Amino acid sequence: MESVTPVLGTGLFSLAWLLIAVPAASAAVLLLIGRAGDRWGHFLGTLAPVVSFVLGVVYFADLLGRDEAERAVHVPLYDWISSGTWNIGVGLQLDQLSIVFVLLITGVGSLIHVYSIGYMAHDPRRRRFFGFLNLFVAAMLLLVLADNYLVLFVGWEGVGLASYLLIGFWQERPSAATAAKKAFVVNRVGDLGMSIAIMLMLAAFSSSSFTDVNAGVGQLSTPLATTLGLLLLLGACGKSAQVPLQSWLLDAMEGPTPVSALIHAATMVTAGVYLIVRSHAIFTAGPAASIAVVVVGTVTLLFGAYIGCSKDDIKKVLAGSTMSQIGYMMLAAGIGPVGYAFAIFHLVTHGFFKANMFLGAGSVMHAMDDDVDMRHYGALARALPITFVTFAAGYLAIIGFPFFAGFYSKDHIIEAAFHASWVAGTCALIGAGVTAFYMTRLMLMTFAPGKRWREGVHPHESPLVMTVPLIVLGAASVVGGLLLNGWITEWLNPAVQGEAETEGLIHFTLIGGVTMLVVLAGIAVSFLFFGPQKVIPDVQPATRSPFVRAGRRDLYGDAFNEAVFMRPGIRMTNDLVRFDGAVVDGIANGTGTVISGFSSRLRRVQNGFVRSYALTMTAGAAVVGAIILLGRLG
Amino acid sequence: MTDHYIVLSAILFAIGTIGFMTRRNAIVAFMCVELMLNASNLALVAFSHKNGALDGQIAAFFVMVVAAAEVVVGLAIIVTIFRTRRSASIDDANLLKF
Amino acid sequence: MMTTAPWLTVLALLPTVGAIVVLLGSSAAAKFVALATSLVTVVLAVVLTVSLRGGGGMQLVEDAMWIRPLGAHYALGLDGIGATLVLLASIVTPVVVLATWSDYDRTPDGGLSTVAAGETARYDSKIFYALVLAVQTCALYLFLATDVFLFYVFFEVVLVPMYFLIGGFGPGARRSYAAAKFLIFGLLGGFVMLASVIGLYVASADAGKASYLLSDLSGLTLGTGQERWLFLGFMFAFAIKAPLVPLHSWLPDAAEQSSPGGATMMVGIMDKIGTFGMIRFCLGLFPEASQWATPVVMVLAVISILYGAILAIGSKNLMRFVAYTSISHFGFIVLGIFVLTRQTLTGSTFYMLNHGLSTAALFLVAGYLVKRRGSANIDDFGGVQKVAPVAAGLLLFAGLSTLSLPGLSSFVSEFMVLAGTFGKHPAYGAVATLAIVLAALYILLMYQRTMTGPVRPAVADRVTDVTVRERVAIAPLVVLILLLGVYPKPVLSMIEQSTTLLQTSVGVSDPAPLVGGTR
Repeated sequence: MESVTPVLGTGLFSLAWLLIAVPAASAAVLLLIGRAGDRWGHFLGTLAPVVSFVLGVVYFADLLGRDEAERAVHVPLYDWISSGTWNIGVGLQLDQLSIVFVLLITGVGSLIHVYSIGYMAHDPRRRRFFGFLNLFVAAMLLLVLADNYLVLFVGWEGVGLASYLLIGFWQERPSAATAAKKAFVVNRVGDLGMSIAIMLMLAAFSSSSFTDVNAGVGQLSTPLATTLGLLLLLGACGKSAQVPLQSWLLDAMEGPTPVSALIHAATMVTAGVYLIVRSHAIFTAGPAASIAVVVVGTVTLLFGAYIGCSKDDIKKVLAGSTMSQIGYMMLAAGIGPVGYAFAIFHLVTHGFFKANMFLGAGSVMHAMDDDVDMRHYGALARALPITFVTFAAGYLAIIGFPFFAGFYSKDHIIEAAFHASWVAGTCALIGAGVTAFYMTRLMLMTFAPGKRWREGVHPHESPLVMTVPLIVLGAASVVGGLLLNGWITEWLNPAVQGEAETEGLIHFTLIGGVTMLVVLAGIAVSFLFFGPQKVIPDVQPATRSPFVRAGRRDLYGDAFNEAVFMRPGIRMTNDLVRFDGAVVDGIANGTGTVISGFSSRLRRVQNGFVRSYALTMTAGAAVVGAIILLGRLG
Repeated sequence: MTDHYIVLSAILFAIGTIGFMTRRNAIVAFMCVELMLNASNLALVAFSHKNGALDGQIAAFFVMVVAAAEVVVGLAIIVTIFRTRRSASIDDANLLKF
Repeated sequence: MMTTAPWLTVLALLPTVGAIVVLLGSSAAAKFVALATSLVTVVLAVVLTVSLRGGGGMQLVEDAMWIRPLGAHYALGLDGIGATLVLLASIVTPVVVLATWSDYDRTPDGGLSTVAAGETARYDSKIFYALVLAVQTCALYLFLATDVFLFYVFFEVVLVPMYFLIGGFGPGARRSYAAAKFLIFGLLGGFVMLASVIGLYVASADAGKASYLLSDLSGLTLGTGQERWLFLGFMFAFAIKAPLVPLHSWLPDAAEQSSPGGATMMVGIMDKIGTFGMIRFCLGLFPEASQWATPVVMVLAVISILYGAILAIGSKNLMRFVAYTSISHFGFIVLGIFVLTRQTLTGSTFYMLNHGLSTAALFLVAGYLVKRRGSANIDDFGGVQKVAPVAAGLLLFAGLSTLSLPGLSSFVSEFMVLAGTFGKHPAYGAVATLAIVLAALYILLMYQRTMTGPVRPAVADRVTDVTVRERVAIAPLVVLILLLGVYPKPVLSMIEQSTTLLQTSVGVSDPAPLVGGTR
């Protein structure tokens, strides 16, 4: 298939920058206005993504009405960096892929903003929270709307900054501050790959625009194209918390729960998948890089699922699950043209049900005085009926219960994985079983009968402002797959040069059947251990099992980083500080000391005795005379 | 003819130099300096005569003026030192140093 | 109309006039005079820069014979590269004046003020602002001079006001040591450069007519050995000023011991003389020797980038911390200069402006906090964002600018340097890019240690949020950093015209793209 040349955006599309500008302006107002905006800040902050969403719908409708060949619209804005042969402009590209993201980001984003009005109601710094959220939305929209890699990178770092600010929103907690810093720094390691990839593009094509790179990458040698792909993968690993740069995501749960829902589940962490799909031409030119994507995806989906099984912190279970689900998306993206649309499909449905469950978890925490330990929950189904029902919808979606959202998107991936390689397929299958296990465990520990509440906790359902978003997202988790299944592959395929097949709503295959069985097995095992008749200890039992211990310690991701990077790094830093003081500065000061020592010695010649001065003078005169005489003779 | 004057000048200068380096009495050392100055004056005049130019004689006048000024200042210093230290030995004073 | 008056001389002498008025007037009036003068200077600098016509050559040229036997001229000229730095020197000075507004006022009983609970200042605000303006005059002359001798004179003269700014106003107990160290390093560089300046005279006198004009000297044909020696003399001096490892050790001491205002003038403006000199004199006068030295300089530059960053991580003092980050950034600038592609030359020049802005913001905001807390030790802070959220926000913004966050101006320049380097020397480019991780680490570690966490009692007692005047002082920096990050084109195209000329005169061309014909 030929790559699509975008058409120039005119008329309505020349205002596409408003999509980004509205939340950005709102963020600026909220962050600069000071206390004066405390009373209405959250309303302005909520209005901004809603406006963007409406705009997004308008553009989407316009694209829907167009011919397939004209659905990629390019809106150049202005010259950014022109130097030498480079001419990097700031421009937007609205096509089938980006508009899906725009709707997801602003749609789910708006709901989460609404939810936050209630969730953050008692926080004195709520206005600032909304400012940061708006900043995030603006940056994320820039990321998906950019028409070239460098502008994408601006959005990429912008969401990183917003994520940093929001994870560390409760900065007075040292753990939050540490987690925020860790997220940013680990992301920067990924950005290292991103930056070098963009540099390579500029060196190769003198341009970083998607159009030029896609057109030129075919002429690049395979090793270079593969390098480019691997570098982009490194970037994607950082942002999407894929192994080996996964360690920040679990700590990122220190942020307020709406942040976890919006940034660390629904949108930002999926940016890596977007990047890979967007760079499809590069991965086609460097097939080895695609294989690496598959490996990363597969490893992460198991890795995340493993962690999900061993956590008692409800948010960390969901975080592990997010990691794992993004692993699925990566896997799909790595498979190539047959997988791209499925990756995005799963990304969208995951956006619905994971945001739903995170917000649900927030609602639970709200009820339980911000306790996150599932061992202190139990019997919440009755106390929090709306939360329970919506959460259940998300649960059924994620495990792939028939006709729920995840059923369509995830099973397609598992199937495509089997077609690509039986190893990846098997791992994806196992992952589905494990997902069913740990999600059932979460549901049982949280909602099934058997109170293990701490003293003084009186669970109550959250206010309407929080439950309405839950209901909307819950509904989306139910019908999202049904609605999108027949349509999204056809919609996306032209934009990503994909070859994904559209499957019917009722579509039985052998693999599908096996998947169902595996999922059922996972649920059964979970009931066996955590069923309603089981007594769940309300403190985490000690264990000698190396497997459980490994899971509780995030499979030693942090321990590894600490041993390999942090401790040697600290040692090197300390050594270098000493080196700088002792050697570099030592030489400078030493030179000074030697000279002044020499001078003070030389000073003694000056003894103050007139007669010795006279002697020296005579001797000097004699020497000068002698030289003159000798010179004359010679 | 002028050679004799030059030789005389050299001898006077040598006497002055040796005297200055060997004698401790400030007054004597001072007179040795004067001796050296006048030895150089003699040489200047002798050369001037030999070359038939007046430069050397003019220089000699300058030296005399400087020597006179020096005597005024130098003697004053010596007298002051003698007053404060009760000694005119130049080895007793070693203040001329850093 | 612009060409009829010696506008560049007017520009460069404005701060001098201001300094004289400050000295003649009363102590109370000093800051007002200094602010007024520096604001007039900004206006004039902007007007002159805007009036530059395209082409990239020297404009608004002034040339008068100064010392005939030496061939020294009083010659000034403005091109895109110089204009960028003139803008920097003009913009940062009023910011410094406003940010240090009442720091050196005499106490009610007539005593000298004590800043940051350290040593008492040796002089009052009158002397402080006179010195600041003196540094500005010297910097303007250095960026405008088109005569080597004139440049040399101001290269040495600027040490004097800077010396007193460090030694006279620093709160540190070892300020005299630091000031002396600064002076000795500066003089050492200056004297080595003097040898080369004299050598240039000999060479130009041998060629027929002694002249120190850049335009005359660049046409000189030098022997290979001769050119290299002369180059080394200049390069040594510049490598001390824009500290390149291992000649950097004066900077952390000087920054730690000096006052925030003094440190800003020193690192923000004065150190740019080094990198500016490399562009104007090393590349302009000794193109072949510059290319001969390129491998060594690039290695040193990359070492500086990483070394500075790592030491910044290990730094325990806020002012010293900023100094080490600057060493890392100067590494980038020097790297860009010697890679010699159009992107890196333009990027490096732009980097000088951006580094000046972000370092000024960092030093001054840190200064606000240090003044309140009474200590610059990172460990003495903690939880500041709770009691002074605006100050913490400003510090974070300055920090993000220092770590080159995309969207801020420093990203544009850093990326141009890195990507340009990568296109020509991939290995150097890739290794230098490691610094973006280190930069994130040092900025965020510093921010975490000082601003976040539970509020320490001493912080709660002493630290208050920044005043309106202090915010206004930093505001222009914030606006410029954002504006130039989003829309750098006017400045970039102004610089690019001059760097294109420079690149042609050096005789180097950009590497061709690997895949041709896509654009």
